[in-house]
Amino acid sequence: MDCPEIISGIKKEFTGFNPLCVSRPYADEVVIKVNPPDFKNTCLVLHKILSSPVMALFALDERRKTGSFAINCVFVDFRNSRWITVTMDIPQEDPGFDSLAKSMHSASLFEREIWEAFGVKPKGHPDLRRLRLHDEVWPQGNYPLRKDFNGINPQALGEYKFARVDGEGVFEVPVGPVHAGIIGPGHFRFSVAGEPIINLEIRLGFKHRGIEKLFEGKSCLDAVGLSECVSGDSSFAHSFAFTQAAEKISGVSIPPQAAYLRSIFLELERMYNHVNGVGGMALDAGFSFPSAYASIIKEAILQLNDKLTGSRYLKKVNTIGGVLADIDDTKKQILLDSLKHIKQDFNELVKILYSSVSFMDRVDTTGILHRKTAEDLGLVGLIARASGIPTDLRKYFPGVYKEVKFKMVTQESGDVLARLRVRISEFEESIRLIEEFATKLAKSGELRTSQGIKEGRALGYAEGWRGPVLYWLETGPTGLIERCKIVDPSFHNWQGLSFAVLGNIIPDFPLCNKSFDLSYSGNDL
Amino acid sequence: MIHILKTRILKGVVTRHIEPELTGQIESSGSELKTLILKKFGRSLHIREVDTGSCGACESEIISANNPIYDLQRFGINFVATPRHADALMVTGPVSKNMLLALKKTYEAMPEPKFVITCGDCALNGGLFKDSYYTEGAVKDILPVVLHIPGCPPSPLMIVQTLLAFLQS
Repeated sequence: MDCPEIISGIKKEFTGFNPLCVSRPYADEVVIKVNPPDFKNTCLVLHKILSSPVMALFALDERRKTGSFAINCVFVDFRNSRWITVTMDIPQEDPGFDSLAKSMHSASLFEREIWEAFGVKPKGHPDLRRLRLHDEVWPQGNYPLRKDFNGINPQALGEYKFARVDGEGVFEVPVGPVHAGIIGPGHFRFSVAGEPIINLEIRLGFKHRGIEKLFEGKSCLDAVGLSECVSGDSSFAHSFAFTQAAEKISGVSIPPQAAYLRSIFLELERMYNHVNGVGGMALDAGFSFPSAYASIIKEAILQLNDKLTGSRYLKKVNTIGGVLADIDDTKKQILLDSLKHIKQDFNELVKILYSSVSFMDRVDTTGILHRKTAEDLGLVGLIARASGIPTDLRKYFPGVYKEVKFKMVTQESGDVLARLRVRISEFEESIRLIEEFATKLAKSGELRTSQGIKEGRALGYAEGWRGPVLYWLETGPTGLIERCKIVDPSFHNWQGLSFAVLGNIIPDFPLCNKSFDLSYSGNDL
Repeated sequence: MIHILKTRILKGVVTRHIEPELTGQIESSGSELKTLILKKFGRSLHIREVDTGSCGACESEIISANNPIYDLQRFGINFVATPRHADALMVTGPVSKNMLLALKKTYEAMPEPKFVITCGDCALNGGLFKDSYYTEGAVKDILPVVLHIPGCPPSPLMIVQTLLAFLQS
């Protein structure tokens, strides 16, 4: 068995630990297969010793091959730069497993997802309401991610029950799914006593499009375009993670030029979104000048993307084995010149914001998310960093970021201001990173390694602007996709918003919401 | 304040000149409706946007069309916060089953005369998502669509040009 140090580490906490198999399919992945009775303890021990939330927990329908469902639980081991997956097979008759949610909250949403899409029951889960297949339109007993699903079987429809807060003077404010702005749909139900919010329940899933099922049966090359449409403002991070998974399966290592280019594009995506977030926060605090100014900077970055790749949102740039757009000397000059102007404009924007007392008063100590809450909920990415949790895949899985001495940004206070400051510092760091990467670009380097897709399983990952984007991919003997599990950071982080707004007044909700700036479509899939 | 004034003066006017250009498609019923709209509204148009499952890129571009560079508002076209104030409904995304009711209710809440514009390839026929178990297909099978703005996502320039061309008599 591989990795004896992990086994001995688990055995210290869990003496009866007896794995069926431990393998290391890739340098950055360890897979531990256990018997179903050991699954829960193994996961809880890994959660404790790695200080990692559940990064992904999902089911596979392998009834045709092995007569069972498989459950995989993925943790991240930052110290050793690797991902640890615990897996088990469960029999297909009355499928179920012991719920982890009560001992480890970060498993909760994933278990609800498994229950609604596969009909595999997490026994003992305190809340099995459906997330995406809304009871009002989707009959019970239909599990779309099962391999034998072929169309809806009409059954009784149900109704979603919101949590109720009772008490003298408590009233509810329902908002959505269609909101006032140009934004995605979601339902927010505030329970308010006087002015402060005492409970916020967020119901999402309105944009569910069944993306994971659409991946199945597609070739990896065809599916790149689909991954770009999971969350439109993170299209590059998604295609990055997806292509990386496919490349790992095929044993392809991308040319160095492509690795630098991917990092440049990933940072450009971070920049336009961060400046958009900064402008959005100014707008939601009623400060329109910097908001308009930020939108000019955002437009400049989108136009730069267009000049470099032919796409404002960096679509159709990634492909399996590399990239399709090169940055030659002329484009490099355009890139560096534009960055210079963008940097100047951004500095002015920051000065305007920081010198406004009324703006700073609005964002300071508003919407505090404590580190303990963020850790308990298993939050990731930008939101976790603003609450003081050091988590960034670019630091712990550096790749080419090692060559440019990437500096991770964290803040301690966890309020709207902290999230604003993380964005501002990351924007500045991204400019520096792109400038460094640009010096490493070769005059004419190879952009792509071509190789057929093999059969296998792998995890692809990228630190998008919101946080880690994960793609767990399985291909069949013909190279077509068998299963693709997508985890957008928004799926972890939406629950954080419910806690950050507590004690704040409803008029500050848009500001808190914008400081999180989560994806509806990435969550709803 | 001094920073705002300085930036304002140094930046100057960033808004660009835009000529109307019809890159989209107008449905046959569109031309009759157009006459009615022009009669009723002149060149002012208030639009309510509804996202029925888009990836978010179309929304981002619609917002960009309102930025100081494209400045859609100078042509009398405004995005409004409620369907009660809207003349037109702009729909993005394939219609997810969960959004079908909300889409219909939003349309019903609008005063007459009213019409529907689809924005982006998904709204035309479901795009990449048309074979999904959870989408309802083209918006035009659900509501009377008179204008489509193509693209994945359509650029803000295309959004402005198409709307202007549609409104021009």
